Amino acid sequence: MSILGTRVIRTEDPRLLTAGGVYVDDLKEPDLNGALRATFVRSTVAHARITGIDTSEALAQPGVVAVLTAADMTDVPSPPPADFDPDAPPVEEPMPLGGPWSEPLLATDRVRYVGEPVAIVLTDSAYQGEDAAELVSVDYDILPAVPSIEAALAGESLLFPEAGTNVCQKRGADLDDSVFDSLDVVVEGDVVNQRVAAVPMEPRGAAAVWKDGRLTVWSSTQNAQTARLILTALGLKPDAIRVVAPDVGGGFGAKIGIDRDAIVVAWAAKHTGRPVRWAESRNENLLGMTQGRAQLHHIKIGGTRDGKIKAYRLEVIQDTGAYARMSGFLPSLTVLMAPGVYDIPNVQAGYKAVVTNGTPIAAYRGAGRPEAAATIERAVDWWAAEAGLDPAEVRKINFIKPEQFPYLTKTGAPYDTGDYEGALDKVLAAAGYERLRAEQKKRRESGDTRQLGLGLSSYVEITAADGVMGETAKLEVHRDGTATVYTGSSAHGQGHHTAFAMLVQEELGIPMDKVEVVHGDTDLIPKGTGTHASRSLQLGGSAVHKAAIEVKDEAAKRAASLFEASEADVVLDAATGTWHIAGDPDKSLSWAQVAEAASGGTLTANVTFTADRPTFPFGTHLSIAEVDTETGKVTLVRHVTADDAGPVLNPILMEGQRHGGIAQGAAQALVEEVLYDADGNPLTSTLADYGVITAAELPSFELITSETPTDVNPLGVKGIGEAGTIGATPAVQNAVIDAVSHLGVRHIDMPTTPERVWSAIQSATNTK
Amino acid sequence: MKVELTVNGKQITADVEDRMLLAGFLRDVADLTATNIGCETTSCGACTVLLDGESVKSCTVLAAQADGRSVTTLEGLAGPDGEMHPVQKAFHEEHGLQCGYCTPGMVMAIASLLKENPSPTEADIRAGLEGNLCRCTGYHNIVRAALAAASEGAK
Ligand code: FES
Ligand code: FES
Repeated sequence: MSILGTRVIRTEDPRLLTAGGVYVDDLKEPDLNGALRATFVRSTVAHARITGIDTSEALAQPGVVAVLTAADMTDVPSPPPADFDPDAPPVEEPMPLGGPWSEPLLATDRVRYVGEPVAIVLTDSAYQGEDAAELVSVDYDILPAVPSIEAALAGESLLFPEAGTNVCQKRGADLDDSVFDSLDVVVEGDVVNQRVAAVPMEPRGAAAVWKDGRLTVWSSTQNAQTARLILTALGLKPDAIRVVAPDVGGGFGAKIGIDRDAIVVAWAAKHTGRPVRWAESRNENLLGMTQGRAQLHHIKIGGTRDGKIKAYRLEVIQDTGAYARMSGFLPSLTVLMAPGVYDIPNVQAGYKAVVTNGTPIAAYRGAGRPEAAATIERAVDWWAAEAGLDPAEVRKINFIKPEQFPYLTKTGAPYDTGDYEGALDKVLAAAGYERLRAEQKKRRESGDTRQLGLGLSSYVEITAADGVMGETAKLEVHRDGTATVYTGSSAHGQGHHTAFAMLVQEELGIPMDKVEVVHGDTDLIPKGTGTHASRSLQLGGSAVHKAAIEVKDEAAKRAASLFEASEADVVLDAATGTWHIAGDPDKSLSWAQVAEAASGGTLTANVTFTADRPTFPFGTHLSIAEVDTETGKVTLVRHVTADDAGPVLNPILMEGQRHGGIAQGAAQALVEEVLYDADGNPLTSTLADYGVITAAELPSFELITSETPTDVNPLGVKGIGEAGTIGATPAVQNAVIDAVSHLGVRHIDMPTTPERVWSAIQSATNTK
Repeated sequence: MKVELTVNGKQITADVEDRMLLAGFLRDVADLTATNIGCETTSCGACTVLLDGESVKSCTVLAAQADGRSVTTLEGLAGPDGEMHPVQKAFHEEHGLQCGYCTPGMVMAIASLLKENPSPTEADIRAGLEGNLCRCTGYHNIVRAALAAASEGAK
């Protein structure tokens, strides 16, 4: 029987459950003995010129070994000057902007957000570091802050005066208003996709050692290999750098690569010749770790009374924070995915990216796609409410139909496969949509203070958008019959070790408990792309699958010569992991015997799997919320989803990804938001102020299976890491608004706090 | 100052700074690093341990306050023969963990919750875990694991 598709509990867990993981700050590497503790001095102001830094008092403190600033970084080569052409077309790679927009490692003459690293203090103990960092005195000449998109566009204060503008990237939408002219129902408005914090439970951390001309960096990262590439900025060749990802306590996109703080830690180890450790506090994490979303959308949507949407316009303004670390990549994905699951004849979408005095924005669970889904799903509901139509019905009328795949969207996305109506129907049936609508009607008629809202979201998203970069796998079968997988993919909770061992067992019949999976060490795995963009199974898994097939081919040759038979006659019994001659089950060879016959006693395959196209998972979420009309308080009652990412390798892992995704999506809709005051001071820099969603605010989730394979990879799979988040956010937001739409409310921005819901009800009923 | 704690049944005596937190003592002095730090401001619960059998967030207790008392961490939860505690087992079977960072705190919090209330409802568990954050699991399987451990204990 195939192991694929079965509920296999994780091999990772026993260690994590009895001894705990080994995260960066838990490392007991001998090389880290006596490591110094790094503490950063961070900017306390949003925007200022630095006129002086005095480290003398800090240096005089007990236990302080060094206090280093940008002025000490003379051993770091300056980055090659980018030729800056203000009229050049926007860069849409996830690459930092160069030229006048460059981000330094430690602040030089200017700071641009509260939390920006200014100096690094190295001490014998952590407590000494905290004390000493407070004694570093930085003189700031305060500049007017740019705390918002509006202020950035006003351009009265510039973050990068040399650039002459705060708009760092743009791609125009073709604004033809005439297409809306003849349409029966047209809705236009602003939709905010607020700034949120990733908050992995393990904050950022790194440790570094400089020894014998080589730099070793342990980093809490989603991709050691990418981190190594970035670290070459210290003037080292890749060979002179080893990056190790130990256990990583969550990433969600914010741990892609390596941040400037960790690069400075690595530099400090090299500069001083002493091992250095750094573990940031939660407060630093909420100031310094990249955040997500932060887009302002202006929409226009129009259609005919019979429910057909004819035109959709999306204008995006991306707040990149102080430094455009991913340039225009995030809003370009938003534009790409703008029309979502709908066959809309006219789509106009474009973006502007602006710098502000906030924490830099980068990938966060979905990275540009959740914003697209949130707004089209909001727009469709808004339009349906205005047209007096049922939102489920409007979706069905406008869906791209199964027979239209492959389907190229107006924005250029090559959708592979999909059955959008199928997923919606499953959810409506499972949730009892008709019954719920009847209950809602009853409560509306009786003027119940607890109103019921049904929020739909039918989404499609792009996963493994960087499939052409591929993923690596090396598979070895050893002479003792065990196997080792070296993957360029990088686990931080997803269950790669279980999943990849399942793939080997399936193909080779070597039982999972004899398959070791190794990731995240550039000495063992020099090439890899890591885990982001929901790419691990479809690229990393497909690579493991490909390596297994290559090993099998090689093994067949060895087995044939051992049997003194022709290669065509030997077969592998994958159920038992033994080799036979076809038709003669009595004679058999084990994997150990076949490997023994290979050169060096190991069968090896070293492969890269690339996909020529991305994949497009999809699904429908239905969220059911109760809103107390007297207080505006929202209670999420149920959340029903069908998330289709192709055939499921291990339902346990897939459900886990969906659960976590739904919670993060609901969190954005209900509670989470990073806030700044008018001077750019963060108001949400502790967990007491930034309300991470808790168990008490969520129901259990109802998951429905839907499996539509793709033809893009041999496993037929798409990504599932981000789908839950993408689907959940608009479903929850729509549910809240639906609960009060009969009162005349058409839109409430996220997070739908009691205050906002209450005010929306007040202003709707007052204008009635 | 000098403190003496019993950690997972073992006596540990050390000279510590007055401001040293119990969490720091466990990690740096007792060398038990399963207990994780997620905030140090009593918001996340990653550092939850049992102090004289009751769950506390070890970042809110000074090592000095734990002087003479007994602490159990995740490392000390399994039976003497290494058999996993019912809550640990349930976390494994119900996929109650992903990255594992919140897990030690979650497991200790639930072990203590079930001691106080051996047959909780889902709502009891959700309310009881309000102070323990998890960013990976959406809590769904953590709640399942707690319910499973409760019904295992009831047997
Ligand atoms: S570290 Fe103690 S509650 Fe967060
Ligand atoms: S399992 Fe990662 S934070 Fe809970």
